[in-house]
Amino acid sequence: MALSAQDIQKLELKADIIRQDIIKMLVEAKSGHSAGPLGMADVFTALYFHVMTHDPVKPDWEERDRLVLSNGHICPVWYAALAEAGYFPVSELKTLRKLGTRLQGHPHRGALPGVETTSGPLGSGLSQACGMALALQMDGKKNWVWCLTSDGEHDAGNTWEAILFAGKNKINNLTVIIDRNNIQIDGFTEDIMPLEPLKEKYEAFGWHVIEIDGHNFEQIIDACDESKAIFNKPVVIIAHTIPGKGVDFMEKDFRWHGIPPDSADVKGAPPKGEQAKKALSELRTLQGKIRSEHE
Amino acid sequence: MNDPHLNPKVFDEDIEQVPSRNGYGEGLVLAGEENKNVVALCADLTESTRTQGFAEKFPERFVEIGVAEQNLATVASGMAAVGKIPFITSYAMFSPGRNWEQIRTTICYNNQPVKIIGSHAGISVGPDGATHQALEDMAITRVLPNMVVIAPADAIEARKATVAIAHHPQPCYIRLSREKVPVITTEQTPFVIGQAEVFAEGKDVAIIACGQMVYRALLAAKELEKHKISPRVINCHTIKPLDSKTILKAAEQCGAIVTVEEHQVTGGLGAAVAEVVSQNFPVPMKIIGVEDRFGESGDPNELLEKFGLTKEAIIKAVTSVLRMKDK
Repeated sequence: MALSAQDIQKLELKADIIRQDIIKMLVEAKSGHSAGPLGMADVFTALYFHVMTHDPVKPDWEERDRLVLSNGHICPVWYAALAEAGYFPVSELKTLRKLGTRLQGHPHRGALPGVETTSGPLGSGLSQACGMALALQMDGKKNWVWCLTSDGEHDAGNTWEAILFAGKNKINNLTVIIDRNNIQIDGFTEDIMPLEPLKEKYEAFGWHVIEIDGHNFEQIIDACDESKAIFNKPVVIIAHTIPGKGVDFMEKDFRWHGIPPDSADVKGAPPKGEQAKKALSELRTLQGKIRSEHE
Repeated sequence: MNDPHLNPKVFDEDIEQVPSRNGYGEGLVLAGEENKNVVALCADLTESTRTQGFAEKFPERFVEIGVAEQNLATVASGMAAVGKIPFITSYAMFSPGRNWEQIRTTICYNNQPVKIIGSHAGISVGPDGATHQALEDMAITRVLPNMVVIAPADAIEARKATVAIAHHPQPCYIRLSREKVPVITTEQTPFVIGQAEVFAEGKDVAIIACGQMVYRALLAAKELEKHKISPRVINCHTIKPLDSKTILKAAEQCGAIVTVEEHQVTGGLGAAVAEVVSQNFPVPMKIIGVEDRFGESGDPNELLEKFGLTKEAIIKAVTSVLRMKDK
């Protein structure tokens, strides 16, 4: 189904709200990751507000799609998307990482509605998604499995074990989306442990590969649709994203991988204490731009 | 010592000997017949871990993972998340050895009912040598919240334990032996997870053992009885949750304890017993196990002798705790 300009505008505005939620919750939590969650806001928005079969009122609904977030550290964007979708009150976002919270520092199954599996230690999500998909197939069920992974966790052996396994079993009720933002904690992925040619690597393992701009809703949604139309192979979408997307001073800067706004002075960024204010004002300005672009 | 739950031939020379992994293989088929959600995953060791029978009977519920134990644990976690009861099998050294963090996070913290079967545990693995002799597996599984840890004494008990864990809602670990071990229990011997079995109701000293060491504990007890010492022999097949009630009763009534296991003395059965006894009813205690070293190649019985996992070592330890008790 083709998206209208209005549909796209709605999604872009939703993603902008989710980015503002992320900034606010990170400032409140005083720790956590900034770049990854901002970079994946568009993909999460597309999944929860257009692509996935799910019901926030019935998080355990039998027919729901399953979502595995393998790189659990970007959970602020997941939490914000779940809250905005109605799984729990948006006001609860400010409890992130605090004692007694359902919003654990890394996502935990059972703690929060909508979280299917615990994650954080990198490299283990794809295997779990493969296990879910295979077991659903065994039972002749139609549920789709979405697995979100980072590029950095492709350093891990467990990830490649799963890539081999999915290729062998031609798992075809699973879509993997890689957040290809080119950064990890210690620097750029191609300096730390080069992954390219990533597309060819997946293809050599028997996968169908789609490459997209991870901030373009039309491309995200088209790729998700295409992934469901491939029957003989597992499908991976390499989503090229900009870490820190939407906040100018954070974009493409790996120093914002693991810290929240206003936790430290970062060269080239506004001073500590001014960062969140600046980020939120930029994001609010974007709302105007999104509206004017589509109208 | 003529407990109705003991094989009447337990002290005969020609006692039947079967590897406990065989009992697991039979139990897995039974569990599969009982519940269609039981699935089995194996890491390229299907025959030697005795998963073969299940794979042949239920090919559509068997998943070959290849030599990838981290994937073994995590794929199973995913299958459990959508309603399966996955049994994952390899050698104990590799699972739960190599894939410990995956077991911790995706199985235990997630609290998924994945059943981890570690074959080839203990020094009695023999000629393969130290790389394949898991002597740390009970320590690394026992320390994990939500995990159940079982070391069956023989093949019959391994079969019962396998069927029992399929009904248990939590992650479970069973350690198995490669070598043939004497069949000391009978079809009638009860098996309940978390309930130790008292084979001899002695009053002077309690010998608490698990795995194939229960047989050696019985041999030692028989010998001790000849010297007017009345030992209580406890088959503590479940290391976690530990049967504290039976153990503390033994501490109170016998006043001295010897534990025996084919595992490092650190972190295993003896340590678990000491944690309970020292905090509730301290009595003199000796822990028999492997003393902070790796195994080596050799014939299983030679190795058990070299590493001091013998009837004689148990008798010596009993003498020593009785002396401590009398002081």
